[in-house]
Amino acid sequence: MANWVLKGLRTGVRTTGFPHRPDRSPGVSPGRPGGTALASAAAAEALALRCPTGAIAPDNGGVSIAHGNCVHCFRCREDREGAAARWEEGYEWAYVPAEAAKRAEKLARAFGRSLNLRFIDAGACGACISEARQINNPYYNMHRLGFFITPTPRNADVLLVAGPVSDAMRLPLKKAWEAMPAPKRVIAIGACAISGGVFGPSFAASGGVAEILPIDIAVPGCPPPPLAILDALLVVVERKPPAASVSPPEAGA
Amino acid sequence: MPARLLDLCRARWGERLAPAFDEAARLCRIACGADALREIHDWLAGELGFAFATLVAEDTKDAAGRPQWLLTYLYYRDAGEPWVALALTAGARDPVVPSLSGLVNGPSLDWHEREIEDLFRIVFDGHPRLGEFILHEDWLEGAAPMRRSFDPRRRLREYLPDPDWQPPTILTAPGAFSMPVGPVFSDFAESAHFLLETVGEDVIHTIPRFFYKYRGVEKIAEGQPADRALLLAERFSGTAAFAHGLAFCEAVERICGVEAPARARALRTLFAELERLRHHAATIAGICNSTALAVATSQAALIEEDLLRLSAEVARHRYLFGVVEPGGLAIDLSPDACRRLAAAVDSAAERLSELHRMLRYSSSFLDRLEEVGIISPATALSYGLAGPIARASGLARDMRKIFAYAAYGETEFAVPVEQQGDGYARLRVFFAEAGQSAAIIRRLAAALPDGPVATQPFAWRAGLAMAAVEAPSGAAFHWLRLADDGTLSRWRVTPPAFANWHGFHLAAENFAFQDFPIILASFGLSNAECDR
Repeated sequence: MANWVLKGLRTGVRTTGFPHRPDRSPGVSPGRPGGTALASAAAAEALALRCPTGAIAPDNGGVSIAHGNCVHCFRCREDREGAAARWEEGYEWAYVPAEAAKRAEKLARAFGRSLNLRFIDAGACGACISEARQINNPYYNMHRLGFFITPTPRNADVLLVAGPVSDAMRLPLKKAWEAMPAPKRVIAIGACAISGGVFGPSFAASGGVAEILPIDIAVPGCPPPPLAILDALLVVVERKPPAASVSPPEAGA
Repeated sequence: MPARLLDLCRARWGERLAPAFDEAARLCRIACGADALREIHDWLAGELGFAFATLVAEDTKDAAGRPQWLLTYLYYRDAGEPWVALALTAGARDPVVPSLSGLVNGPSLDWHEREIEDLFRIVFDGHPRLGEFILHEDWLEGAAPMRRSFDPRRRLREYLPDPDWQPPTILTAPGAFSMPVGPVFSDFAESAHFLLETVGEDVIHTIPRFFYKYRGVEKIAEGQPADRALLLAERFSGTAAFAHGLAFCEAVERICGVEAPARARALRTLFAELERLRHHAATIAGICNSTALAVATSQAALIEEDLLRLSAEVARHRYLFGVVEPGGLAIDLSPDACRRLAAAVDSAAERLSELHRMLRYSSSFLDRLEEVGIISPATALSYGLAGPIARASGLARDMRKIFAYAAYGETEFAVPVEQQGDGYARLRVFFAEAGQSAAIIRRLAAALPDGPVATQPFAWRAGLAMAAVEAPSGAAFHWLRLADDGTLSRWRVTPPAFANWHGFHLAAENFAFQDFPIILASFGLSNAECDR
């Protein structure tokens, strides 16, 4: 007989200190371009051209970075022609999209400290799904923060959506959202859910969840690491402030 | 080598066939008419034992410039042998070609024909089941999204599918009713629909409905430059990103006549095995979770997360996005990173084998897996199943051995095979392969060849190539045609999940209701990969 109880006890506690302490373990996040060191305006243009998804755009002599479009291809990271993105570690990336900020209703106040979640895969590649699944593993353990998965949308407070929303998933997505009681929130996980990512909009997929449902929180990343998803849930219950969606241009180096 | 195949062809067909060998693509092309197609397939698959890989449809023009369809059936067999491509042409208007689905190993072609019928509107005469497949029934009647004339940016409809749609109920047993499961599940599962025919406790049949996640990857890639399409290759199935990125890059390299340097080939092998190790740890966690064995699930999940962190630490990204590129790799490993990698992989492998040992002594766990979801060796062969699923049913096919891409030709490793084909056999194969992957990584990290990690820059060339890799869940085929400016003109991806999901319903027959999640988990398949 295998003694699983003993095995579990021997393993000890592996859970992250986040959100009470920042987690700086290596490999918890791929990081992202946070700003730029640019030699000239021409270098800014060159850097923007290197970005295949249009996340980096020339802006006022420098570049601004729209994090919702970044897919971590790392092509801006290496220094070429005097242009390179400054790589930023971290994962506290969840932001409130402009349309949501405009809505009259305040984001939180609706919930206490606990949330019931419903997850929908709307055409995600599997990486976002895998990262969302990790928030349930012993390292991240969402239960300690009062977050739970619910088997029915009738009990759900928050809809987590990953993927660009393929055509066949439009209806299931809409139905799940309609079945949820108010107050409810929608979190878009990953570049695809925010902007269609590398897939949409196209003949088979939308350009993100916002075409079908109002998004309240966006978690950029391709995929966003588990801590970024936990961060988004903490933003929903107002235990943390949201981040900015765009890194504005900085003064040249 | 092709000399032997050409001899065989001459001996059997005389002047009827004129095979031609394409050195660059390592492909033996046999043009054939619709009348001879079935006979030649039976000869290749039956007499010679070739395995079917994929079916590619393209809109081309004939010698006189009239539009026509070109269908290419691709087969492979043993190490060192070239691809065999049966090339069949059909008229542009209302094309009809004979179906091969009823012949030797016909089931392995079955879904390919359905896909081509659905996306190109080419009819396969004699196919038992054509119609709604990838495009669900609420799609515009007659739409053929993969035809060249179709604009991929055009939204076909601004409306939602019929909200009153009900799954068709085809019941065979008296007193049976159907139980729909999906496409949305109660945890972090991928979207797919299963219609279970049940009489209460036992499930008699499972009718799956996939392609909820169809994003038209091969279509939207058309016209994109290869380095942009690489993002799609890595991202259509994120948990096998490196394998598909590698297959795509191998195809591009073959077309452009470049070879990745030795160090890049060794590192590609290393990263491919790191991905396999992580994938298998995740699958094992899924199997443990499906039987509600909480501590074992946590143990496997810890190993998975450790490997994800390790990937990000040495290769920047947790799922190895942005690592492989045409010509080589975007990153290199320092000697220090190699040491850390080897140590971390060693520890993961050791913890996995301890987990395996403990699971073997947990009878409540084994009871749930043994003799559950059986796939027979004959089924595995005729359905052309791939990877660990096929190897758990006695089919020892492995692309790493057959095509010896990257550095697999110079790397020693075993291909674990089991015969029972049940859930437990699959679990043992996942554990054994994870052990092999760790051993490969350890060996490569200790003795990486010196030199650059990329051959660059190189010139784009027009051409076509077929690349096969062993992705974590089995054989992945990438058939690629590039235009001379390096943009894609046709890309056909045949992922392992496409073959394995086709066989899934055979494992999910006549079982107790509560075994369904276990059978599902023991396959460890991705819908994103299948649906594209």
